[in-house]
This record gives sequence, C-alpha cells and structure tokens, in this order.
Amino acid sequence: MTTDVHQLDDGAWISVNDERRINVSDLWLLARHDVCDCELADFLVEGFAEVGVDHPDVQARIAGRCITCGTEGVTGWITVGRVIDPETGEFWPVETTSVHIPDRRRRLARPK
Amino acid sequence: MPTKVENWKDELYGNEIREHLMEFAEEGWDAIPEDEHDAWFERFKWWGLYHQRKGQESYFMMRIGTPNGVLEPGQLRVVAEIADEYARGPVDNPEFGGAYCDWTTRQSIQLHWIKLEDIPAIFEKLEANDLSTQQACGDSWRNIVGCPVAGKDKHEHIDAWPVAEELHETFKGNDDYSNLPRKWKVAVTGCDQGCGQGDINDLAYEPATKEIDGEEQLGFNIRVGGGLSRKEPRFSRSIDVWVPPEKAADVGAGMSALFREYGDRDDRFNARIKFLVDEWGTEKMRDVLQEEFVDFELQTAGENMRESYTYNAGGEEHGDHVGVHEQPDGNYYVGLDVLVGRMGVDDVYELADLADDYGSGEVRLTQRQNIIVTDVDSDRVDEFLEEPLLDTYSPDPHPFMRGSIACTGTEFCSLSIVETKNRQVRYARWLKDNVDLPEGVEDFHIHLSGCTASCAQPQIADVSLRGMKTRKDGEPVEALDIGLGGGLGEDPHFADWVEMRVPADEVPGYIENLLATFEDERSEGQTFREFIAERDEEQLQDLAEAEETSYEDPFMHNTKMTWYPYADEDDMGDSPAPTDGEGKPLAPADD
Repeated sequence: MTTDVHQLDDGAWISVNDERRINVSDLWLLARHDVCDCELADFLVEGFAEVGVDHPDVQARIAGRCITCGTEGVTGWITVGRVIDPETGEFWPVETTSVHIPDRRRRLARPK
Repeated sequence: MPTKVENWKDELYGNEIREHLMEFAEEGWDAIPEDEHDAWFERFKWWGLYHQRKGQESYFMMRIGTPNGVLEPGQLRVVAEIADEYARGPVDNPEFGGAYCDWTTRQSIQLHWIKLEDIPAIFEKLEANDLSTQQACGDSWRNIVGCPVAGKDKHEHIDAWPVAEELHETFKGNDDYSNLPRKWKVAVTGCDQGCGQGDINDLAYEPATKEIDGEEQLGFNIRVGGGLSRKEPRFSRSIDVWVPPEKAADVGAGMSALFREYGDRDDRFNARIKFLVDEWGTEKMRDVLQEEFVDFELQTAGENMRESYTYNAGGEEHGDHVGVHEQPDGNYYVGLDVLVGRMGVDDVYELADLADDYGSGEVRLTQRQNIIVTDVDSDRVDEFLEEPLLDTYSPDPHPFMRGSIACTGTEFCSLSIVETKNRQVRYARWLKDNVDLPEGVEDFHIHLSGCTASCAQPQIADVSLRGMKTRKDGEPVEALDIGLGGGLGEDPHFADWVEMRVPADEVPGYIENLLATFEDERSEGQTFREFIAERDEEQLQDLAEAEETSYEDPFMHNTKMTWYPYADEDDMGDSPAPTDGEGKPLAPADD
C-alpha cells in the first residue's frame, strides 16, 4: 500500500496513514544543525512546516525554538520515523529523546 | 500545488458534509474508513466539530456559533441541557466537574467529549431552538463578533446587531462562500468604544460618519487583514472604504469573494488574508474589490471614531463589560465574570433560570469569555445582585479574576504546548490572595494561550503568556513566554515579548515582582501600558525576575504526553479512546 503522510491543524501533528503519530510540544535534541550556534540544540517542536517521504523514512522540517539559546527557526529535513512494512503501512516513530541530525545523509557524505 | 486539505475540500465540502456526518453517526465511529479519517475530520470542522487530541480519539469538541454572542431567551438552558446530557467525558475536570460550557474569545460556545453517535440528536435539539454549529470552524465565514451589548448600549451610534444578524444569515450555508482558502473572521462594531475588536479580525466594520449629498450619514469604515496567529500578528488595515449599513453585506460578499479567488490555497501557513494585504497593499486591495467584486461605486472612508476607543485601551475607562450598566431603555445589563470562560453545567442551568427571572431570558457572551444578563428590570437589580450564584460569577470581581483569559490548552487541543485553563484559574486565585495591585488599577489583563495560534489573544493583554517548554533541574517542564503592554484602543499595540521560557511555576512570582516594580517606579497616574511603552527592550528585561513562590503548579510535566492531564492514570496507554456511542472502549488499551 502507499503511505499517506501529511501535517494537519496548522502543523500541530504528522499523520501517517490517517493516524496521528508525531506531535508538537516535545523537546528534540539536534546535532549538526543550522538552527542556532548551540552544539546540541534543545529544540522545542512548535509545528511541522513540511512533511515528506524519502522511502522508507518519513521526514519533516520542524519549526520551533532552541530553549538553550532562544533562537527560533525551521530545521532541515529530519527523519521522524520509518515505514517498516510497506505492505501494512506499519510505522515506527523515532525515539524523540535521542539525538537527531537534520539532513543527515548529505552532511555525512561531506568530508569534514 | 493545492494542499491536501484543498484537495479534500474540492472533493466535498460545505453543506453536503452533513449528510455523510449523519450516516457515520448512525453507523458509529467504526464506519469512518480508517484511511479517510483525516479528510473527514478536516471536513467535520465546517459543521463545528473538531476531533480532540491524541489519546482522545472518537471524541469531538463541538462549537456553537452565536452571532455577536447573543443567546435568545431559552437558548442558554438548551445549551446547558446538551452539555449535561452529551458533553461528559471518561474523567471529570477537577475544577469544573463532569460537564461544563466554555464561552470563547469569539463569543461562541465550546463543549467537549462529544461522541459522533450523539450528533444527530444534538443537531436536532440545537436547530429546534435556532442554534447551530454550522461554519463554527473550518474554512469559511466564522461566527460574527461585535460589541456584546449591541442594541442595548448607550455608547452606540449604529445598532450593529441587525448588521451582524444579516451577515450571519447571508453567509451561513451560502455555497458561494462556503469554501474559502482559510478561516474568515468578521467583526461589526457600532459603538464608539471599539469593543468589537475589529483590529484583530480579517474583516472589520467600524463606525464612521460620511457626508453624502450634503448630509452626514452613519455607516462603517472597512478594515481588512487583522489576526494574531503564528507569531505573525497584524492589525487590520483601512482600505479607504465606507459603506452604509444596507450595503454591509454586499461589501462582505465582495471581500470574501476576493479572498476566495486570490487567497493562497497552496500554503495554509500563508493563506489568511492578512498575508494578501501584506503582499498587495491596501490600495490594490481596494482596487481589486471595486473592479472585480462589487457592482457599485465604493465610497472613500468616512470619519472614524477611533480616538474615543476606550475598550482595552490601557486606561481604566472600559476594560470589559463586567458590572452593572444602564441600557437606553432604562433596564440594566449585568456583566458577570466567568473565570477563564468556563462554567460548570449546574451553574449554567441556574444562570438560565436567573436570566428568565430577572431579565428577558437573553444572555450575551463577550470576547473576554464573560457572560452578560440583559434587560434586568431597574427595580430588581439589587435583588439580582444578592443571588448566591453571583458570588462565583461576580459583577464586581477582583481585577486578577476579571482579567484572566485562557484558551483550551492541552486538556483537549492538538496545537497547545501547555495546560492552560486550570493553570490560569490557579494563577488568578494565587495572585488575588498574595499580590496587591498598585493603587487605582482596576483592570489588569492576563491572557494565557497554549501556543502561537493565539486563541486567548495574548498579544492584546497587559501580561501575555504563551506556551513554551524549558528545562528545570535538567527535566523538561511546561513554561511560558511573557509579553507586556499589549492592548487595543485608538493606538493598538501588540505586547512586547520580554521574558522567555519562564517555568510555569515561576510566572506568578514574576508578575508579583513586576507589579512591585510598577508601583515603585510609575509616575503619578501612569497606566501599566504607558509604563511599559516608555521603556526600551533592555529596561523591560530588567523590570522583574521570575521566581518560585508559595504557588504550586501540578501541571509542570508534559501534559501533552498524557491522554488527559487530570486522570489518575494519565499515561497515553491508559486512555479508553476510541470508544463507542456508550463510551465503552472499542479496542483494548495498550499493554
């Protein structure tokens, strides 16, 4: 089956196959990000600006604020979960308390 | 490319949603195809139904739109009966009990825990009593707001109530305007105090005089593009148009058709007409309205009355409609303070009885979440004021009680970051018991909004509170950004955001310290708003420190992670939702 992904209610949550899976209001730790100068941004998720699919990952650009330094911004694409079974559409969200790296693949491919 | 929401609306929207809604209701929650949930929930909003947040699946918030906040005789009792029978959830709210009514900042009514299966019976009862949920949410003409005492106000130049009624009747259920790019909020003001709050609406009718054929006529100046949401607040802007009352609906039709045709349907974040006004400017807005959407010559703007606007203007003249006020007919209206706009259902029944007994039975809702009993006989005002219910809903409340507004918050809302209503109740009580207001301060507005959608209108308060998070001792806790010095009046001003990410349990301490500084440093007779306005950013940040006090906050944890913040077992896995029409769980709770 195809996976249906979208953000609703002013970007308050991400729906995956018509089920609310990722919500605003959590703190996400971001590394190698462009939001602010903090090495590890402690980022309050205030809204999902865009959602997309990079099979099998579901990704989003997230609007919010680093609560350490106060900078507001929109992240690059962050993986928010993965469709682990395309047949059933079973989706596992990422563990929000882990460290997230926006736009990870492109950055990792670039030598330091 | 149109958004998914636009595609769903293209397939089916407006009046015809009802037939499907009724079919689903007859068959039960499971009848909504799982892969169509989001599309249907988006459409149900048009009929005033908003699916509650994660953990509360199958339950809806129901909004009843009461134009200008007017509840005709008998309607308040009907609302109480519906709340009593149908708006009861699995767990009581510790402050307000098992069933309650919310009066909103747009003069509407919200009930919670509504089950899909009950909707046909509720609609039947509402409509038998001339009430409706139609277009209370969704992308169309929303509830018309205005001065809540329109037609009963000594400060009135035009009776705005018939105009609001005409707009309501013209645009509710009107297929030509049922599918707009986004919500369309309209305010009609007829008095010279500015209490319609036109400055924060998409379309505002404001009283103005205009010389026509040598005669001075009363009508409305038109302003467009106000709104508070998404950290992009805008005041509505004049488009240099005046209309007589009999043309108000024509201009409303033209403006909303312009929005329908030119509003951004590719990006819902950019869809409100405030962004189109930003892009086009007011001159082009007027030109396009004239050339494409009205078939008569628009008059240029008349002489407005903004210099006499005292409503929420920072002075002490007219902060709200609470209190006892004489009507032009010699009767009185009595504005009652409803803390955070929520009344337990037993109190609503009792108020309906009192309105019948002492007044005409009519009540009116205000944009400050309060309720007004109108048409009280002058001989019986004193007797009415002795009623025990008025100890709770006072016509002469403490400023911290009357100034408190709060949105729905994480109790039910998907958007909110923090708990709001019960917290604001605790704030108001603590401040009342522990903090002295500086001499002469009778009105002090504190608005708490759970997120940037700004349903509690935080930017136009003396103290603006907006949901945030921070860490305290390393743990994530609910927090608030604090803004100061907002308000309306002749020169409206949005609050300046001064203190960010203050842990919620330190906010009352901040306000206490802030008011102490105000008392120490204000010049004689200076209002709080003036005091804030004369300070620069650095001085504002030095005004006060946040600190813990004797105030205790039971909602510091991430209330959004609970299925219901006040449940004893509040983990998401303990939720009984979704449930059937009897409230019984449809699926076993997660292990």
